[in-house]
Amino acid sequence: MADATLIDQGRETDVGDYFALLKPRVMSLVVFTALVGLLVAPVSVNPVIGFASILFVAIGAGASGALNMWWDADIDVIMKRTKGRPVPAGKVTANNAMVFGLWMSMISVLMLGLTANYLAAGLLAFTIFFYAVVYTMWLKRSTPQNIVIGGAAGAFPPMIGWAIATGGISIESILMFALIFMWTPPHFWALALFMNQDYDDAGVPMLTVTHGKRTTRNHVLIYTILLVPVAMAVSFTSIGGPLYFVTALVLNAMFLKGAYDIWKRDDAAAEADKYAVERKVFRISLYYLFLHFVLLLVEAAAKGFGLTWAAWPQWI
Amino acid sequence: MSGNKNNSSPRRNRNNLVIGAVLLAFVALVFSITVAKMMGGASMEAFDHTVRPSLEKTE
Repeated sequence: MADATLIDQGRETDVGDYFALLKPRVMSLVVFTALVGLLVAPVSVNPVIGFASILFVAIGAGASGALNMWWDADIDVIMKRTKGRPVPAGKVTANNAMVFGLWMSMISVLMLGLTANYLAAGLLAFTIFFYAVVYTMWLKRSTPQNIVIGGAAGAFPPMIGWAIATGGISIESILMFALIFMWTPPHFWALALFMNQDYDDAGVPMLTVTHGKRTTRNHVLIYTILLVPVAMAVSFTSIGGPLYFVTALVLNAMFLKGAYDIWKRDDAAAEADKYAVERKVFRISLYYLFLHFVLLLVEAAAKGFGLTWAAWPQWI
Repeated sequence: MSGNKNNSSPRRNRNNLVIGAVLLAFVALVFSITVAKMMGGASMEAFDHTVRPSLEKTE
């Protein structure tokens, strides 16, 4: 359990501190991917319903962030990257973070169910459970594969967006899920290669800590190879198309080249240029995911304007 | 509660205003969801522990 040391800074808790508990930066990613899932779906949604639904998904994602900060306060206080968070910084007590997280979870799931449908609400509830319980409480501290399975939590939002619009699950939403799911490991391991020390100090079993950087480099390459077919397969579904295909081709070539470069070199070379390649690949991975989803939006917009290419194969 | 016991400290005033605004926004949001759903043709009636023929016909 997380018994955070309370540092009384002689001031009362601010609304802003509670907002910070919702992990606004993670939330913005959730909003973006959920919105894409909603907009590319073949069913149009009333803008008010769509806006409210995405808002509740964002609050649900934020709630899981608050629960994560409650549970992880003891390790967040050790890591440089996280020690400024409201609980380790002593601005919000761990208990208040838990209560806030639980209430926000219930409100967001219930409101999403009432606003959209209960499949979307069920997926949101499962996402919160997965992130707060399966990832934070269980996997994060017990296995170096933590982020592989934990990545599922981050992969659900487009599926929720799709469910808000259609009330169902289909191959398109599963592939959007798979895209984020397979992308997460190489993305985080590239980061872990140059942020190793933090996780080491906190005793979080990142792959770099438990199996060393050589193994991590191998894993980055393997997972990137597995990611490519998933990303390309989306081209041949109802939400893909030639624009997505061409962009995906370039992005996957770049990411694959980057993963190969990471795999090819050893730590001596990395130390020499201060992990320049790893940092570059990490940056590429950010653009990689963002642009795939932007292109799905572009394809949806093109179809909205009647710009379709009948000859484009839709195999999946 | 630590520190300032004065109920009208500027910080607390600001916090109260923000929380008030968030609650009002929530009310406005629920109202606009209701309006959107009604205009979309959703039924104004729901299960009410008695027979409601108007609900059965919609299926």
